[in-house]
Amino acid sequence: MLVWILFLLCQVGAPALAQDLCQRDAPNGYKVRISLKTALGEDAYEWNQSEMFFFQATMAFAMRRHFQMETYNVDNIILCVQTSRVSFWFVVTSPDNTTMLIPKADVEKAVRMSRHRINNAFLLSDRTLEFLGIYPTLAAPVNPDTPPWLIVFGVVIGAVCAGIIALLVSSLLQKRRKEKGMTEDGQDEEDMQVKGVENGINLDGTYNRGFTDDDRFTKL
Amino acid sequence: MPEEGMEDNKEGEERPKWNNKAEYLLTCIGFAVGLGNVWRFPYLCQIYGGGAFLIPYLIALVFQGLPLLYLELAIGQRLRMGSIGVWNSISPYLGGVGVASMLVSFCVSLFYNTIVAWVLWYLFNSFQEPLPWSQCPLNHNNTGYVEECVESTPVNYFWYRQTLNITPNMETSGSLQWWLVVSLATAWSIVYICFVRGIKTIGKAVYFTATFPYLVLTIFLVRALTLPGSSEGLIYLFTPDWEILKNPQVWLDAATQIFFSLSVAFGGLISFSSYNSQKNNCEKDAVLVGVINSATSIYASIPIFAILGFKAHTNYVTCLNGNILALTNEFDISDMNITVENYEQWFDSLNGTHPSRVSDLKLKTCDLQTFLDQSASGTGLAFIVFTEAVISMPGSQVWAVLFFIMLFSLGLSSMFGNLEGILTPLHDLKLVPKWMPNELFTAIICLLLFLMALIFCLGSGNYWLEIFNSYVGSVPFLIIAFFEIIAVAYIYGIGRFSDDLEFMTGHRPNIFWKVCWLVISPLMLFVVLVAYVAVQAQTPPTYAAWNPDYVNFPNTEVLPYPDWVFAICVLLSSVPVISIPLVAIYRLICCMSGRHSKDSLHNNPNPYANEDYVVELLL
Repeated sequence: MLVWILFLLCQVGAPALAQDLCQRDAPNGYKVRISLKTALGEDAYEWNQSEMFFFQATMAFAMRRHFQMETYNVDNIILCVQTSRVSFWFVVTSPDNTTMLIPKADVEKAVRMSRHRINNAFLLSDRTLEFLGIYPTLAAPVNPDTPPWLIVFGVVIGAVCAGIIALLVSSLLQKRRKEKGMTEDGQDEEDMQVKGVENGINLDGTYNRGFTDDDRFTKL
Repeated sequence: MPEEGMEDNKEGEERPKWNNKAEYLLTCIGFAVGLGNVWRFPYLCQIYGGGAFLIPYLIALVFQGLPLLYLELAIGQRLRMGSIGVWNSISPYLGGVGVASMLVSFCVSLFYNTIVAWVLWYLFNSFQEPLPWSQCPLNHNNTGYVEECVESTPVNYFWYRQTLNITPNMETSGSLQWWLVVSLATAWSIVYICFVRGIKTIGKAVYFTATFPYLVLTIFLVRALTLPGSSEGLIYLFTPDWEILKNPQVWLDAATQIFFSLSVAFGGLISFSSYNSQKNNCEKDAVLVGVINSATSIYASIPIFAILGFKAHTNYVTCLNGNILALTNEFDISDMNITVENYEQWFDSLNGTHPSRVSDLKLKTCDLQTFLDQSASGTGLAFIVFTEAVISMPGSQVWAVLFFIMLFSLGLSSMFGNLEGILTPLHDLKLVPKWMPNELFTAIICLLLFLMALIFCLGSGNYWLEIFNSYVGSVPFLIIAFFEIIAVAYIYGIGRFSDDLEFMTGHRPNIFWKVCWLVISPLMLFVVLVAYVAVQAQTPPTYAAWNPDYVNFPNTEVLPYPDWVFAICVLLSSVPVISIPLVAIYRLICCMSGRHSKDSLHNNPNPYANEDYVVELLL
């Protein structure tokens, strides 16, 4: 009889005790906020008791992973203050003593360690599955050895320099060819002037050699 | 008026010619269409009542822009010399106008290519994922983001800190920013490679630089029209506010915008047209270039404002979403129950029931109109506003690369004209030693300009660039253009000019052109010049400094120019134009002190040349 009464008391008292442990603004508890529609849009699943159970299981897994010796169970994760947001509070009790709460710092370490796994379990991200008070670590910036802009610059300046050199060399060659052609043409030009053909037009009369522009041929 | 035959004798080698008419037209259009068409005109259109601004703009184009353009192209084509030679020919006392043109082109080349260097820097940085201006960098111990970035925006931080590394005021010069020096060297190398063989290489380069911007603008137009919020931007831009036409400031800004947009008084247009054959219809060319320039401005403002509308819409939605999240979290409302559409009703009901809790949240007021009003012009538009818009567009890298290549080609084609306005007069003045090939001379000038432009790569470089932009790139041009038109219309004589035009185009200019050159354009120029100087004199000389320690950071701190800087500003405005009276006085003294060679044409007397036997080719 006594055992039966004790059993009844336990059935009534345990949840009541659990209620006392987990409450809004519990000193060793964390508030969790989940934004399903923001994360998944049309594919958002419904948040129901099964999902709550899944959360308890995931948290137990995270605690086990962190404290490798201790065997946490679903019952050690107590949830309360559920809203339609979806948000709720949770506390973690020790597996050895269900009245003792695991301190906040230890819970935080466990969550940080398995954050990625917890997120993936619910198809959410750091932003849509928030543990208020546990800030996500900022992604380390990717620092490539050579900044990408330097590579683009190198390509551009290389092409431009190659172009400049190519153009300068080709102008130089052109000029050399023209000079060679000029010394041969020069004689022809004088002959043509003597014959009275200038710029392709035949002039009447005799050309007076005294007025040729032969400064070009005298090396001063 | 020197005859044609003597001119060819004077030059040892033949004057270079354009390969075909298209190259010449594209070069002139490229010179006229520059960065200002993209980032100044849309801004003016927006602040001056949208569609209504087109009226003073088009009036200024017809009565001031086109006559000046026609005048410059005509005298260059007829006299076949650069700006100094042309004005020396018209009247030796006015040679100073050419010298002033050259000096102003020199100063403008300095800072204009620095802007091109900034565009190149952004272009190089656009090949990264994610774009460097889309997020704040972490601070030293990786605990959070850099404070300066968090207080302003990542885009502002990238521009002011990672690009310019700007100092808090003008007195602190800071040091040379090596990445800017490298970008500047690239910009000058690219300009040099296009100038290596003079107009032969420029003519090839403009096929790309003058046409590519139109392709990019069209792509942006199509893309922008599919973005949400673009229609709001366009409506905002083009809604005409007819009342604004009563404000004289609008007319002044329209006249100055047309004037600076067409790039007259640089000397570059004179040089370009001097490489034409004389029998070319420069009247059609002038009208074509002027109309295409204005049409480009109007066409460019459509995608720009569609994208700005999209950006305003994105900012508005982000602001609202921030408020929605705050309300949802505070009242534990189901996720996504409050949306952008029903925000107002939710807000009213929640404010009615729990006003204290709502006010504690400190929600921001989100107004689309405020976001649309955040307009900018100049470098602010390109490097801050537009880059922010690009981040929100899917495939940001592609849009960023396209945008900056477009700005680069716009700037490069304008640089051709700027540099041509320096090189051709120097060639015509025969300051180039005979032994020096053209390529070397161009290289020396480019190197000199690059070294002098290093001042804009200092920490305070942006402040100096703004000074150059406001003081060199404004009043001197108005003065030079005024003297140009007076010189041709009154000193050279409208009759002689009409004869030359008849020789070139085959018909005399009609009454419209004559009235413009004689009366309307000089009058407009004079009024604009006086009004501009009056407005500038009234505005206190201040500048906006980026100072992270400022109380109201991220707003810029408005500081007055130090005295020595202001003295430099005055010098920059006056030294180029002081050459006009100086040369006139010099010539007067020479003339009065006695005759020295009466014929300036015969510089190299040929011992065999007997003046009695020179053949004069009559026209």
